[in-house]
Amino acid sequence: MDWLGTGTQRAGKLAWLAGLALLIIAPFVGIYPIVIMTGLCFAIYAMAFNLLLGYAGLLSFGHAAFFGGAAYVAGWLVHEQHWTPELGIVAGTLAAGAAGLVVGLIAIRRQGIYFAMITLALSYMLYFFFLEAPFTGGEDGIQGIQRGKLFGLIPLENDLALYFFVLLVFVGTFALVLRIVHSPYGQVLKAIRENEPRAISLGYNVDRYKLLAFVLSASIAGLGGSMKTLVLHLATLQDVRWEQSGEVILMTLLGGLGTFAGPVVGAFTVIGLQNFLSDRAGSWTGVIIGCIFVLCVVAFRKGIVGELLAWHKRRAQKS
Amino acid sequence: MTEIFGVPLPALFGQLMLGLVNGSFYAMLSLGLAVIFGLLGVVNFAHGALYMIGAYVAWYGMDRWGINYWWALLLGPLLVGILGVLIERLLLKRLYKLDPLYGLLLTFGLALIFQGVFQQYYGSSGQSYAPPEQLSGATNLGFMFLPNYRGWVVLVSLAVCFGTWFLIERTQLGALLRAGTENPALVQAFGVNVPLMVTLTYAGGAALAGLAGVLAAPVIQISPLMGSNLIIVVFAVVVIGGMGSIVGSIITGLVLGLIEGLTKVFYPEASNVVVFVIMAIVLMIRPAGLFGKGK
Repeated sequence: MDWLGTGTQRAGKLAWLAGLALLIIAPFVGIYPIVIMTGLCFAIYAMAFNLLLGYAGLLSFGHAAFFGGAAYVAGWLVHEQHWTPELGIVAGTLAAGAAGLVVGLIAIRRQGIYFAMITLALSYMLYFFFLEAPFTGGEDGIQGIQRGKLFGLIPLENDLALYFFVLLVFVGTFALVLRIVHSPYGQVLKAIRENEPRAISLGYNVDRYKLLAFVLSASIAGLGGSMKTLVLHLATLQDVRWEQSGEVILMTLLGGLGTFAGPVVGAFTVIGLQNFLSDRAGSWTGVIIGCIFVLCVVAFRKGIVGELLAWHKRRAQKS
Repeated sequence: MTEIFGVPLPALFGQLMLGLVNGSFYAMLSLGLAVIFGLLGVVNFAHGALYMIGAYVAWYGMDRWGINYWWALLLGPLLVGILGVLIERLLLKRLYKLDPLYGLLLTFGLALIFQGVFQQYYGSSGQSYAPPEQLSGATNLGFMFLPNYRGWVVLVSLAVCFGTWFLIERTQLGALLRAGTENPALVQAFGVNVPLMVTLTYAGGAALAGLAGVLAAPVIQISPLMGSNLIIVVFAVVVIGGMGSIVGSIITGLVLGLIEGLTKVFYPEASNVVVFVIMAIVLMIRPAGLFGKGK
């Protein structure tokens, strides 16, 4: 069992294997696959956000524009233009990346708080675009999107087929984010987060590193959005609103900012909570989400995974 | 009838007046944001929600307690200011040693809570509020009819903006406040109660938002979402002006309101986004904002 490593690392890897095993058997033990798939799509979205805030230190308050925008692009191409689902997803991801390039070019001119305000304002502008554009269906959105056949072969209307497709994309995205963060590029990003002037004085073109991080993050968020369109058969204005940008922040914060598992745990917690509350609390859901937000910021900044890691570390030091 | 580029003059002046009214609200709100940010280092996302609460105090007061507009003008800022004291003392206070991003996130959560509670009780549909009798009707200025209430909003907001500027830039209290912005530890060492000053500053900024809400009540649809839609525009205004200067945020707010009004006349499709386009252009040319200092 050498490949598992030791200590915290070992526990982490075991937890991941257990999680993956759970996800593989979940649809066979009677758990509704649509809920898990929605969770996986939001987990991809949250991983994209975490890549930006957790590792590059950039708080984007406008990620819904990429998530929901890609959902519109993929939904329209698959529904109206009869593209195959994989092409729709690729196109949605690329469109989100292109939008990320434009927004990023403008936003990286300021830092910190201003960066957050600028991304919020620009995403609000995109919201108006999607509200008015002829192909988005205005307030109704695009509904009844057919999932089609993957590569023209595998019919995705079968929930189980789609489930394993989504799971595969999720695992791939996770590996990608892991690779990015552990690459030399990821190390430079962390250096910029810790001390930007110093990174500049060491000769790094900080703006270019940040811009690439922003484009990568926007693209991955777009991937999540495109997948979600197929899972739920629809793309709506709800996904490009600023509340949706806030939700991904909550997922990341609640799960654990700057940890690999955090966004995934956070996404499933929030989605699960919303499903649980929508029957019981109805329109109070927004208020409860807001309260969790406040609690997280005031008293629980490490998040679920962050607290677990800290607890594990303390225990390891004692023994 | 006199026309400019095919637009009749009275319509043009009407839209400009409307733009000036919107600009007054932008100015008052961005001023409050700037004052709070200056001393607390917190970007107050809840500012829009506080503005919304101000408007609801006016409406609720008239509807339930039979309180007229003039008392609402006093009560709105007062109640919202007290709410501000609670927010600062109970929550924001715990975050001052952390990254300012946490302040933004906390106030975002608060905005969600306030908006959600009001949606629960009043739905998303709008309520309307009649302007007081003394200010209803319109005055013929020769070139246009000026609705009296709109003129009143612009006058009051200009007076409030000037008053705030005077308080901060020209009085003893303002000097302490500015000193606290530069170096709170040193001001504390001189025996000034800095935590109290911080609380009152947040309450003051909140009260400004509440006052703007009461002023806005007769000219808009009062709804739980009115604040969140406005605050994003105000953020753009703040980015354009830069948070460094008080005069800057006032002028930027008013001018952007006017530009928005003009856009409504000549290219209505773009009126929702013109502020954001200007923001993008300003960031390209002068990243620190028109009145900002450094990065």
